[in-house]
Amino acid sequence: MAQKESTLFNMISSLVVVTLIASTALGYVYELTKGPIAEAKLAKKLKAIDEVVLEYNNKPVEEMYKIPIEGSADSLEVYPAKKEGKLVASAIRTYSPKGYGGNVWLMVGMLPDGSIHNISVLEHHETPGLGTKMADDAFKNQFLGKNPASFDLSVKKDGGNIDALSGATISSRAFGHAAQLAFDTYMKGGKHE
Amino acid sequence: MNFSKGFFRENPVFVQLLGMCPTLGVTSTAINGLGMGLATTFVLLMSNISISLVKNLIPDKVRIPAYIVIIASFVTVVDLVMAGFLPALHAQLGLFIPLIVVNCIVLGRAEAFASKNGVADSIFDGLGMGLGFAMALTMLGSVRELFGSLSLFGFKLVEADGILLFILPPGAFIALGFLIAFINHFRKTA
Repeated sequence: MAQKESTLFNMISSLVVVTLIASTALGYVYELTKGPIAEAKLAKKLKAIDEVVLEYNNKPVEEMYKIPIEGSADSLEVYPAKKEGKLVASAIRTYSPKGYGGNVWLMVGMLPDGSIHNISVLEHHETPGLGTKMADDAFKNQFLGKNPASFDLSVKKDGGNIDALSGATISSRAFGHAAQLAFDTYMKGGKHE
Repeated sequence: MNFSKGFFRENPVFVQLLGMCPTLGVTSTAINGLGMGLATTFVLLMSNISISLVKNLIPDKVRIPAYIVIIASFVTVVDLVMAGFLPALHAQLGLFIPLIVVNCIVLGRAEAFASKNGVADSIFDGLGMGLGFAMALTMLGSVRELFGSLSLFGFKLVEADGILLFILPPGAFIALGFLIAFINHFRKTA
């Protein structure tokens, strides 16, 4: 079969056909993968929530509500974990824009009095081998069981109580900043008991 | 012949030095290198097949946009399927999956091989080049993971900190340079 001539009609019609076939196929694949993608996202979220709160028997994802951040148009997502209808802890999806590679996203589990139960690192773009160590227990455990009302979450260099990761002071600051934001927003924004 | 040339004689990474962006960007571990390599192999194979099939139906002057649409579609398929079924790997490779579209190996094979050869030859060419790319990325990832975190495919070999430099971007350049020198040495003496 000879090569098609590059006439205007041939060029336009072949491009139209190629893009039509491509977009139809992609629409089909999108429909096919929509379910699994949503499930994978939900599973990831649920795993993070399970890690940071106490035992619960409600559905925190369905009861999620948002608290606006003071002085900002943004808001934080709060996932309340309840047992027999009583609030035991809340998982707060918080972030700090002060990371070395952009936003650092954390899931902070907070007891109703505001003390930190556990923290899970959701997403970040910190330096591998330096800032990524913020997810390690050695660093994270400094925050657990502490109440930010009486415990300064900033690093020792800034007069706080946290031993910064060596070589990653900026990442350590961002981590503390995100946890602090969760505390401030949660305590001011009202807990939905 | 069309299959085996991709591994050493015309290896896209070690010999042609194509596709350096994913090569240097994602190979901080062997698993990441392998995942990226296999994703690219799939795109390369499918785009080579489709382009060798439609090569006579597409007028010469618009062939590049048509090829890019075909390649981009397969990349999006990989992106969606990976997000749905391999979310952990997808989170690691992230931005580099959509960037397969502009990987010059893929368009390079479409333009230099699939648009001039039949389907069977194009399948072998795509598989060979893709697996050669995957092999190169896995080798580079293994070297960087081995020195950088003293582990291989996620298994910790020694409980200690490795040489951090190999995980960081400069380590990719250094490790690739040594790998190419090593392979050139054998190519010359063999």
